[in-house]
Amino acid sequence: MFDQFPSLEIILTLLALMLISILSRSMFFISNKQWSVPKWLERGLQYAPLAALCAVIAPQIFITQNQLISTWQDARIFAALAAIIFVYLRRKSGQPVLGAIVVGMAVYLPLHLALGW
Amino acid sequence: MKIGLHLRHNPHFKKGAKDMMSLAPGIFAWGLMTAVAMVNSGLGIWTSSLMTLTVFAGSAQLATTPLIMAHAPMWVVLATATCVNLRFVVFSIHLRPYMMHLSLKDRLFTGYLTGDLSYVLTVSKFPQASETLEGKNEQLAYLMGTNWINWLSWMSGSFIGIGLTAYIPIEWGLGFAGVLALVGMTCILVNNWLKLLGALVSSIAAIAAYALPLKLNIVVAIACAVMLCLLAESFKKPVIIDKTLHH
Repeated sequence: MFDQFPSLEIILTLLALMLISILSRSMFFISNKQWSVPKWLERGLQYAPLAALCAVIAPQIFITQNQLISTWQDARIFAALAAIIFVYLRRKSGQPVLGAIVVGMAVYLPLHLALGW
Repeated sequence: MKIGLHLRHNPHFKKGAKDMMSLAPGIFAWGLMTAVAMVNSGLGIWTSSLMTLTVFAGSAQLATTPLIMAHAPMWVVLATATCVNLRFVVFSIHLRPYMMHLSLKDRLFTGYLTGDLSYVLTVSKFPQASETLEGKNEQLAYLMGTNWINWLSWMSGSFIGIGLTAYIPIEWGLGFAGVLALVGMTCILVNNWLKLLGALVSSIAAIAAYALPLKLNIVVAIACAVMLCLLAESFKKPVIIDKTLHH
């Protein structure tokens, strides 16, 4: 458990990775030069947050071991459905997303752990 | 840092923090399982801890852990992290007008702390960067409020995961809570047909392009969705103009 400290090489790698986190997240606001986003891109970017979320989520629900799932008996599908339905029923209430996490896990865990879906 | 401290008293800081609180359990679970995965792949608790504290990017941590374990050359590790982080570069284009009144140091610091969900919450709350300095500070205070809750939930999840790795089997799938937080957030964002189209296109493209290495499917999917929605918008526009002409 109490294994060795990282070597100098690993420490340097981690610091370089930190630099990449900083630079990639700041990339387009590092330069001070007067520059503004073209109009078409500005309109397009309103879809970026949503697209990014879906691009991260979809494979985590529909892909298992690099393959598109071929069965509907997958706990993730039912949990995601439950979460979606919950948000649409409760979107005006205080904490729809928190509720979606709780309801989704309440569907996911029994199906996944008890039925092995 | 100056920026975190002087914006803390802006009322929008609290609003951002409060909005992020409802996503916190998902972020916590996601950090927990990322940490468990890192320790399980043999990275060790010290290296995992240091990585958590410095890199602060779950998908990049998971992608580079096996490479570090295999003693891959440093440039391969860094190139991998860069590709996995490409979606953040897209976010930074979007965030530029919200940031440029800050000093470079504060911009870099804010950028470093801005994860997926704090970006999404902030630009959906404030679709346009404010014209006034006061407005910009409010938006930034909101962003920093989401950022601190994001950081705290991610770090607490991660360190509990590092400490309790032996007791948390990855097969339980607790990390799915993180996916559910994103699902919930997505549902909130889909408020018209064009956005539904964008969501579907992005999901399908991300699955279709899944075979691409280094999570490049994510940026491909974002690009597809943005372009298709722009195209669909341009088809929609003339209809709206027609309507106004008839009235």
